[in-house]
Amino acid sequence: MTNTLHRYGDAESFRDDYIVFATPSSDKNDENSIPKLKRFLELALPFKPVSIGDPVHGGTLRPSRDLHTKSNWRRDMTPDFRTVIEGIDAPASVVAIFDNQAAAKQFLKVAMEANLGLSINMSASIEGVKECCKFAGIVRHSIGYSLGFEGATDKLPNGQLLKLTTMCGHGMVSASLAKKMIDWVKEGRRTPAQAVTYMARFCSCGVFNPARAQRILEDARKKME
Amino acid sequence: MGAIYIDPAINRATVNRDECVECYACYYGLSTEHLNPPFVRLVRKIFQLGRLRFDPEPDVCPTAAFEPEDLQWPRVVRRAFSDPRATHESTGVQGRGTEEVKTNDVTGRVQWGEVGFTIEFGRPGVGVWLHDIQKMTWALAKAGVAFEKKNPFTLLMSDVSTGTLRPDVLDEKVLSAIVEIKVKVDQTQQIIELVREVEKDVDTVVALGVGTRCDEKGEEKLVAPILERMGYKLERAKTNMGLGRITNLAEKKKEEQPGEIPSETR
Repeated sequence: MTNTLHRYGDAESFRDDYIVFATPSSDKNDENSIPKLKRFLELALPFKPVSIGDPVHGGTLRPSRDLHTKSNWRRDMTPDFRTVIEGIDAPASVVAIFDNQAAAKQFLKVAMEANLGLSINMSASIEGVKECCKFAGIVRHSIGYSLGFEGATDKLPNGQLLKLTTMCGHGMVSASLAKKMIDWVKEGRRTPAQAVTYMARFCSCGVFNPARAQRILEDARKKME
Repeated sequence: MGAIYIDPAINRATVNRDECVECYACYYGLSTEHLNPPFVRLVRKIFQLGRLRFDPEPDVCPTAAFEPEDLQWPRVVRRAFSDPRATHESTGVQGRGTEEVKTNDVTGRVQWGEVGFTIEFGRPGVGVWLHDIQKMTWALAKAGVAFEKKNPFTLLMSDVSTGTLRPDVLDEKVLSAIVEIKVKVDQTQQIIELVREVEKDVDTVVALGVGTRCDEKGEEKLVAPILERMGYKLERAKTNMGLGRITNLAEKKKEEQPGEIPSETR
């Protein structure tokens, strides 16, 4: 699935959204790829990604099957990077998300120099990726453009909700939850940082960007689109 | 999808099975406590009587009420195209995902002068009935377009040459599904115009993705101008860095066979 491609927003709204992912290809380079996928994410950690994830087990914030009632007051909202890396047990795309270009481009350079042999992609604004490639000395191989949404667009929610929900390309973050989170932030019932964790736990591959989501919620507090 | 609601007749949460696309977000996405259901209802009733706001964590099901269902064909198709965690061996459908240009540096799926389209129905969050997608696959097949063989949606077709889906899946609703095709660059405008025409008769949203090769300098000056001429403002893209290489032993041996042209990699 093109799970990072169709994020809603203009290029400026992607200023804090740089996704770098490594993908093994079935029958081409998936043999013995698990250590390489783990290495890819290990290399990302020094550049302080806001999230990492794998599509089999999820991202740095995950639901719990056995919560205690007291967690309604004392919930652990700390992202767990180590569990993501240690949990990789199948050849599948792994992802690191950065909230600034400087970190993304430095990581891209390091990932290139690591010569893992996996396909590495960056999903972000077109110009943002170009600048990262120039910094890393990479000649782009292929590009997949997002042309946005067409058809019965009257069925879509407003722009702020779309910006939040499309950060999970698999569609696991519902528009009604995103709307509720905006309302709760406006009402002062939750902080944006808290509200973001509720949405991120639904994203099953960890591509939801908590930093961008927090900014969108802060903006929505004062101005609804 | 909004498939879960409180049924006033029984005063219990109920799933609308027509609208439910079996994405399992309710089961996997929610955290769970394991409280006694009558106790939870009593507490809620007491709060309600006192006109007090009950303010629990919004992503927690206190009674762990959701249980996965053993889905049968054809309903299992809903899950295959809606739940990103689904194991697809049971469906005969090899996942809803597709590698498209993500691995183009090792697969050579989209070559120089070609354009790969991903036409995704139902995204974001609207969902789509498969009989609606068939309208598009029929039109594309009529235009002489070849469907990508390694795409799970193509595997649902009973006749790939006409874009006809198996009749038993037509009345299934999924969260989203991707039709993937490949054409020559000079057909780009024709395909987009066709998609725009057919999507008027499709009761959902469509997300269009267009993938192509960059030149030896890493520039892409063939497809972008066509898209911009058609009114698209290109803001976001996924870029394959060309760092992948074939390492599986069997594939490497195939590449090393004398007299065979290696797949285009860089």
